[in-house]
Amino acid sequence: MTALLETRGVWQRFGGLIANSDVSISVGRGEIVGLIGPNGAGKSTLFNLIAGVLPPTQGSIWFDGEDVTNMPAAERCQRGVGRTFQVGKSFETMTVIDNVIVGALVRNTVMREARRKAHKVLEFTGLAARADVLASDLVPAEKRRLEVARALATEPKLLLLDEVLTGLTPTEAQTGVALVRKVRDAGITVLMVEHVMEIVMPLVDRAIVLDLGKVLVEGKPSDVVRDPKVISAYLGDRHAVGA
Amino acid sequence: MDKAFAARRRRDLIIAAVLAGLAALAPLLIKDVYVQNILILTLMYAALSQSWNILSGYCGQISLGHALYFGIGAYTTELLFTKFGVLPWFGMLAGGVIAAIIAMGLGYPFFRLRGHYFVIATIVIAEIGLLLFQNWEWAGAAMGITVPVRGDSWLKFQFMRSKLPYFYFALVLCSLAWFVTWWLEDSKWGFWWRAVKDNPEAAESLGVVVFNSKMGAAAVSAFLVAIGGAFYAQFLAYIDPESVMGFQFSLLMALPAVLGGIGTLWGPVLGAAILIPMTELTRSYIGGSGRGVDLIVYGALIVAISLALPRGLVSLFSRSKAKGATR
Repeated sequence: MTALLETRGVWQRFGGLIANSDVSISVGRGEIVGLIGPNGAGKSTLFNLIAGVLPPTQGSIWFDGEDVTNMPAAERCQRGVGRTFQVGKSFETMTVIDNVIVGALVRNTVMREARRKAHKVLEFTGLAARADVLASDLVPAEKRRLEVARALATEPKLLLLDEVLTGLTPTEAQTGVALVRKVRDAGITVLMVEHVMEIVMPLVDRAIVLDLGKVLVEGKPSDVVRDPKVISAYLGDRHAVGA
Repeated sequence: MDKAFAARRRRDLIIAAVLAGLAALAPLLIKDVYVQNILILTLMYAALSQSWNILSGYCGQISLGHALYFGIGAYTTELLFTKFGVLPWFGMLAGGVIAAIIAMGLGYPFFRLRGHYFVIATIVIAEIGLLLFQNWEWAGAAMGITVPVRGDSWLKFQFMRSKLPYFYFALVLCSLAWFVTWWLEDSKWGFWWRAVKDNPEAAESLGVVVFNSKMGAAAVSAFLVAIGGAFYAQFLAYIDPESVMGFQFSLLMALPAVLGGIGTLWGPVLGAAILIPMTELTRSYIGGSGRGVDLIVYGALIVAISLALPRGLVSLFSRSKAKGATR
């Protein structure tokens, strides 16, 4: 069986800046893959290219055996790509349940079914008790979960998580990790961007390390963390920042 | 939870039906023509504001150029009637359809603009429309069109002796605009529009085609406003560019919704019920003699309400939605 997601020689330039250069990665069905790397490595850019926010300067993106390189985000969502945002983008004037209904409407055109589906997803993500609260009244950790819930309501084959575990307390992060596992067990492939290695490494099946826009190392988490190139990329970055 | 939601929807519908019923009985008690006139205008602006609210309140695309669609409804009806003898009822529908098509034609380039730039574009386009009609000889240019009135007729929708038929039509139009909003609120479109307003990028990632959502909202909104314009033209029996396409109409459509609660089901009706009588009363009691005191009082009241209740008058009644909220 072919990979669910594949990028083939993807380049992204912003003016003179090269954010991604010749990135070829693949994500197999049922995997949890971590996309990691120091700040400015090009993770978010690659993530946005996969989600369809903008088309790459060069190269192609394949999803579920189809070339989606120039397909807009909404259409990719219909094909089965769900995503969350690093900076929360919940619909602030809407209630939690209404936020999730928007996602559920992709596969359910009848309102009653969309609503039922949304309730199920809230149950799944542990937000059921907050269904009628305005999204603007949620605490940050709940907002992260709402982002995941909304994306899950679109019934994705691939869920793209953009730093959903970053900036949470250890307890919240553990709940988050459990949720990601639950998502995978429900048959959804997960590609997650994180820059905090400690949290992602025990969770992912495979890690792809980006540095300076290129794939640096790719492999099992246990191998990746011991790789000298990875260590120097991270430590080097710290020195460069001057911490 | 679903039950509570369904109950709220049903309750809104019942309240609306009761209010419409009471309004229908109002002429039995109110015989004064001046007061009837105010009621008609209030109902009309409630309907217009409700329609404006679909595009600007729900979908978040603030338009200050809706006078264009109002004028198109008025002109289409009267041009078809005076030049080709088409009954106003058909003219009204034609006006609605033309306005919807124009709204989408304008949306095509302008929905790419965001925020203030979009608002400015709507104002400019409406002004261009006004100028075009002022110079369009065949359509009467600045002189306008006088509708030939030959006695009371439902067929031609014109009445000399009594204002009541206009009152009932305005009531039906207002109820229709409310009902359309009520119905759309719990539909795919309603959810898409609110998502587009709150965060277009997130909406897009959830399969919402943002551009099409805006086009849909614009079409529905313009159609209903044009029906209102057609009604107003018949009501006045005389139109000229300034009196059906002037900037004040764009404002008078936006203000009730903003005052009552933008993007809410009841906001426009509530806002119009307070604002329009207030406009008329301040004009007749303290207006006149060119001092503009009425406008000062009027403006001050709007500022006061906006400061006290930034989320609109409906926030006085809101108990349901934010239940369990932390604040």
